[in-house]
Amino acid sequence: MIGIGHYVAVSSVLFVLGVLGIFLNRKNVIIILMAIELILLAVNINLVAFSSYLHDLTGQIFAMFVLTVAAGEAAVGLAILVIYFRDRGTIAVDDVHHLKG
Amino acid sequence: MIQLLAFYLFAALTVLAGAFTILSRNPVHSVLWLIVAFFNAAGLMVLCGAEFIAMLLVIVYVGAVAVLFLFVVMMLDIDFASLRAGFVRNFPLGLLLAVVLLAELLVGIGAWSAGGIRLGTPDGSASMPQGGSNIEAIGMLLYSKYLFLFEAAGLLLLVAMVGAIVLTHRQRSGVRGQNIAKQVARRPDEATVNVKPEVGKGVTL
Repeated sequence: MIGIGHYVAVSSVLFVLGVLGIFLNRKNVIIILMAIELILLAVNINLVAFSSYLHDLTGQIFAMFVLTVAAGEAAVGLAILVIYFRDRGTIAVDDVHHLKG
Repeated sequence: MIQLLAFYLFAALTVLAGAFTILSRNPVHSVLWLIVAFFNAAGLMVLCGAEFIAMLLVIVYVGAVAVLFLFVVMMLDIDFASLRAGFVRNFPLGLLLAVVLLAELLVGIGAWSAGGIRLGTPDGSASMPQGGSNIEAIGMLLYSKYLFLFEAAGLLLLVAMVGAIVLTHRQRSGVRGQNIAKQVARRPDEATVNVKPEVGKGVTL
């Protein structure tokens, strides 16, 4: 029988994969943004699973807000990426000193 | 039985697609694996009765966010091979961190399933109705109890949209654009002139 533990395990693994993705692709900011999306997806699975487990819809409402934030974050992040590429001609972000005073 | 099978299918594919997302060499493949992960996560959510969030996941993530990623990956002319330089060097540290994080999370789950801390129970103000659909229940809640939060989420999206447009918009030289202020400020007496030319002479412009 599938319990809440199964769902929490899947979302934990997905969360850790997202963190690992940020670590492994430290230069490639596109993959870093995708890893952040994976982390937010893991959070959403957790929220929905607990919402179902507790018979309370608040979790699903908040999953929607997380979705909103993820969409906004992707849009602004990719916009920053595009202007960074236009300026520098590369997207290697491991040595960004532009904002250093 | 079928639920068990479906759960393990969706869970395995979600985790596998997540792993390929962060490990694949080509970012286009990464985006496609990300789409697979989103679809299977939507399947997981359907399985526990959250159809609306599942559909939203497919529409918003696959239809908008993943396509946005694909656009950017294909639009920028990037040498991706040079970006993978530190991959092998970062691997041991990253793996160590991931294992530690996963162990921590599993300890948390174990402690919780052994009878964890009681953080209170839902007060019943957002409890799921017995009959009726998931979408209907979410709608009732979203437009009553969470109305202002919902409005704030809309405002957030507006700000994100304006921010993205302002960031990527650029003034290009050599483009003949419309100057609305100049057009509005035009007066008839400086735009037209009344001439009475002699026959056969014509007018100078």
